[in-house]
Amino acid sequence: MQSQSLEAMSVAKNLPRWPVRRVVPALFVVLACALPFVVSNYRTFQLNMVFISTIALLGLNLLTGYNGQISLGHGAFYAIGAYTTAILMDRFNCPYVVAIASSGVICMGAGWLFGLPALRLEGLYLALATFALGVCLPQILKYKGIEDWTGGVQGITLIKPDAPLGLPLSPDQWLYFVSLGILLLLVWVAHNLVTSHTGRAIMAIRDNPLAATAMGIDLARYKTTTFGISAMFTGIAGGLSALTVQFVAPDSFSILVSAGFLVGIVVGGLASLSGALYGALFLQFVPNLADQISKAAPWAIYGVVLIGFVYLMPAGIAGFVHRALASVKSSSRKP
Amino acid sequence: MEQLLHQIASGLATGGVYASLALALVMIYQATHHVNFAQGELAMCSTYLAWWLVSAGVPYWIAFVITVAVSFVFGMGIERVLIRRVERAPILSVVIVFIGMQFILNSLAGWIFGYTIQSFPSPFPEESPWGNPYINSHELGIVAVTFVVVGLLWGFFRFTTLGLALRGAAANSDSAALCGIRVGSMLALGWGLAAAIGAVAGMLIAPVVFLDPNMMGGILIYAFAAALLGGIDSPVGAVIGGFSLGVLENLAGAYVIGTELKLTVALITIVAVLVVKPSGLLGKVVVTRV
Repeated sequence: MQSQSLEAMSVAKNLPRWPVRRVVPALFVVLACALPFVVSNYRTFQLNMVFISTIALLGLNLLTGYNGQISLGHGAFYAIGAYTTAILMDRFNCPYVVAIASSGVICMGAGWLFGLPALRLEGLYLALATFALGVCLPQILKYKGIEDWTGGVQGITLIKPDAPLGLPLSPDQWLYFVSLGILLLLVWVAHNLVTSHTGRAIMAIRDNPLAATAMGIDLARYKTTTFGISAMFTGIAGGLSALTVQFVAPDSFSILVSAGFLVGIVVGGLASLSGALYGALFLQFVPNLADQISKAAPWAIYGVVLIGFVYLMPAGIAGFVHRALASVKSSSRKP
Repeated sequence: MEQLLHQIASGLATGGVYASLALALVMIYQATHHVNFAQGELAMCSTYLAWWLVSAGVPYWIAFVITVAVSFVFGMGIERVLIRRVERAPILSVVIVFIGMQFILNSLAGWIFGYTIQSFPSPFPEESPWGNPYINSHELGIVAVTFVVVGLLWGFFRFTTLGLALRGAAANSDSAALCGIRVGSMLALGWGLAAAIGAVAGMLIAPVVFLDPNMMGGILIYAFAAALLGGIDSPVGAVIGGFSLGVLENLAGAYVIGTELKLTVALITIVAVLVVKPSGLLGKVVVTRV
């Protein structure tokens, strides 16, 4: 009896490994490559924004979901990334590839630096400090002293790059593939990170910092590194968004961006890589639909969804999908 | 010189509001060890209720009392319905519930009352008291009301059995329960009190910043900073922190960094306090047993 249930458990555990683990990502890539040739330019733009949010959510999820450090101000790193790209392209005529890579590097530095005081702040206090950072950032971006670079309240306008080598793609389509490529690269990085021993250390810190220290995990090093990597992901997303939207301005990076990211990881699923995509789809399409009801509706829905998920579906959509797949498989194996 | 005195006086006035809101945060922190991210929106909703009553022709002070009473009940209700379920949940879940509450309250207020900025009446006379040039009646009123609230709270906690029971439930809930104190009701009471204090803070600041669903954003950050500066578990600290931050904000805005970066003062205060002296000026130093 017991061995049977054990077997069932191990079957359930191994199930999503094959074929789901291989077939679904492959299908996703094929579908993602075909879509921009089927749908309109506007839809391509929207899907591009989904990929960009996915990258940002991956970053926040590494920090909050996997490492347990709560950030309510990740929009700040998104903004820094966007501004880095915008300033480099507009003021220094940098190629966009270099600009986006620099966004990643600079945000990694900024995240690492913010990670240092964050070491002394646990749980609630870190949430408070990052919340304050998110609220203050638009004011800092508007500051007159750096207006020459940031363009002050007016912001900076950018131009979309054309496809290279004379490829027959519209700028929207080309950017879509750029984002998709970067997304796949970063998913690979994140997947390798969380399945490595570093990833286990990061999660051990979340689950029990004391026990983690006792096992020889250097808390300070891992926490600041995670903060840096997380900020890098979000910064790259910010850079891509600046390029895609062709415009950065202080007021597009209010605390609502950070709040949206929080909604995204909660809806998608904390500590889940595939959850980032579900969360991003939710963020892109649900508020648009809700906007048609009333101006207040998107935020009411965000609020209800946040509280509802905490009570009813704490593992998010990813957890739900995972459970559903496992139960389908285990019932089909029964004689 | 006159300019300086004026800045300090109006700093004390906004400081009074920060102090009240910080006091509300401290109440909830003491009762449940949560920092209520929705405190500002709760206060905003209460202020809208007061505005609605006053526009309907209810005299100001009667509207004031009704608002405080309704907020008290509403705060208790929130604790019962929403917070009780996540009492022992991980911090992240609690924070998410608070943020969710903030969204819901904000959009509800926007839905019902609209996003147009409204003016809110002040109960105090227009002209400055005794013809002095430094402080107007409303600012003086804010400071006075803050002191009255603090005094009432102090009296409540110091001299009443209920206050003692509440302190007991906050300090050691298990022992308090063994003494026959209903810890659950006490936590709800703490929430009710916090919502009521927040309502007072909202009604005091509304004539200054005007009424709209997002009026409390910046004020809440300052209240956080004030509560942390004074020590998140110290009511006296919250009041001192509130007043000193109000003055600091005004002086820094007038003489050092200009008004555009006012919120950054709060951010720097929060990070500096947490890094240099996490227990704040008057807070207890918490030693974790390993």
